[in-house]
Amino acid sequence: MSALDNNAKEIAKDAGDEGVTTSSPEINQKEQDNRSAGPVILFFIFGLFASLILGWIIFPKLLYSKKKQPIDFNHVLHVAEVEDGCESCHFFREDGTYSGVPKLEQCIDCHEEIQGDSPDEIKFVEEYVSKGREVPWLIYSRQPDCVFFSHAAHVKVAGMDCVTCHGHIGESESLKIYEENRITGYSRDIWGKSIGGFKKNTWDRMKMDDCAECHQEKTANIERTDVKTPTNRLIDHLIDVVYPGTSKSGKGSSIQTERDACFVCHK
Amino acid sequence: MKHKKAKKYGMVIDLDKCTGCGSCMVACMAENNVPFRKDESDKLLSITWMRIYKLTNGKPFPNIDICYLPRPCMHCEGQHEGHSPCVTVCPAIATDYSIETGIVSQIYTRCFGCRYCMASCPYHARYFNWWDPVWPDGMEKYLSPNVSPRMRGVVEKCSFCFHRYQMAKEKAFMEGRRELKEDEYQTACTQACPAGAITFGDLNNPNHAVHRMVKPDLKHHGRPTNPNAFRLLERLGTNPKVYYLSSREWVRRAGDNYLEKEVKLKKTVHHG
Repeated sequence: MSALDNNAKEIAKDAGDEGVTTSSPEINQKEQDNRSAGPVILFFIFGLFASLILGWIIFPKLLYSKKKQPIDFNHVLHVAEVEDGCESCHFFREDGTYSGVPKLEQCIDCHEEIQGDSPDEIKFVEEYVSKGREVPWLIYSRQPDCVFFSHAAHVKVAGMDCVTCHGHIGESESLKIYEENRITGYSRDIWGKSIGGFKKNTWDRMKMDDCAECHQEKTANIERTDVKTPTNRLIDHLIDVVYPGTSKSGKGSSIQTERDACFVCHK
Repeated sequence: MKHKKAKKYGMVIDLDKCTGCGSCMVACMAENNVPFRKDESDKLLSITWMRIYKLTNGKPFPNIDICYLPRPCMHCEGQHEGHSPCVTVCPAIATDYSIETGIVSQIYTRCFGCRYCMASCPYHARYFNWWDPVWPDGMEKYLSPNVSPRMRGVVEKCSFCFHRYQMAKEKAFMEGRRELKEDEYQTACTQACPAGAITFGDLNNPNHAVHRMVKPDLKHHGRPTNPNAFRLLERLGTNPKVYYLSSREWVRRAGDNYLEKEVKLKKTVHHG
């Protein structure tokens, strides 16, 4: 008989012994299972809440770094002083481009010397005006490179109000904290304050969806009878048959998306 | 804003005038932030939205003739308007056809680089970014802010300088106009060509030079009625919006890739 066979027999014997003795602990085990179910469920509930808190509260705080503007600015005070409202400082150039955030050139007329006693103005004049340096403003509404946005088309042609997209910034007495997405580098005003992506006002978000939403609504009224695709005509026809006079398709210039063409807003 | 007449921007290139100097290529690269590499010796990898090809009639010395052929994106109309070869195959809708301008767009942020469009383009007008662009020190300050730079892994191509259309529109809006004048929207290559070989404008507008030069038959997908005008690979039925003019027959024949023994120009593939 080899050593291997001996070993095998011993193992078989051990297994047989255990089989006899396990009958009574099995019942105990079942009772224990019932008692431990509570903590397990609790563990998962806690886990769920922990991840919800992590995802909805802690992560958004980690995601955005908070930056202060180089100097504070009081919009109310300035709007009261100027004649043309927003366009006094945020003006259109002759070639139709938009100036955006004012440069020193616009401020220097009044602020060559210190006017009041606000510490921010003193800082502005001493550090920027007298040294001829531009203020490195952090721009809340800065869009990615691939976006083409024509202020002229929206303000001059469509007659939209600044407030529609930018909110009531003109009524603010101080500049809010600039929150920058640490991953993308874009301002939080693009994604919106609500991390879930919900919005109440038109100026809460500045994503592509928000542009598209408004374009879909507004351009639906524009009659473009000579720009229709075969698919559009078919859909129009079907809708007209079922609900006369309600068809909305065929208004976009893109054959593929049947909305406005990509090159309307992209560059 | 009612019943806007659709435009169909197109280009006419006079091959008899083209000297092959390459100004259009240079102007295009500068205008559109086209990336280049330190070593551009492998031309299969270099990105050229506008590219000049050299054609030859292949005859021995006294009869030899050469012709330079600049090739931008053809902005094909396709068999039905908007069904360009590249646009129909794009799985990401990263490229679309606008019926308002007739321009085939390319949205770099939407493209995921499958290169299906490159395979389908019969003109090799599309290019893939195998590397992130690296600009020589200080050159990024010379990039145009009106054209977004591309990244590694996306396809790019000539856009008929679409940003110039956007800018021209802005200016027109500012002056209270809706319609653009012919000279307000011109591509960079058109303006750079010292020989004046390139003409750009709206093919739908009979007052524009491009329309007068080729007299496109708009009922038949803009087939040129000027006998000297031709389009590249006409019989594929891609219906390009770039027309070529040449008084030389061998050039016109080369434009459609004729076989040796073929004699007559067949009618274009039937229109679906």
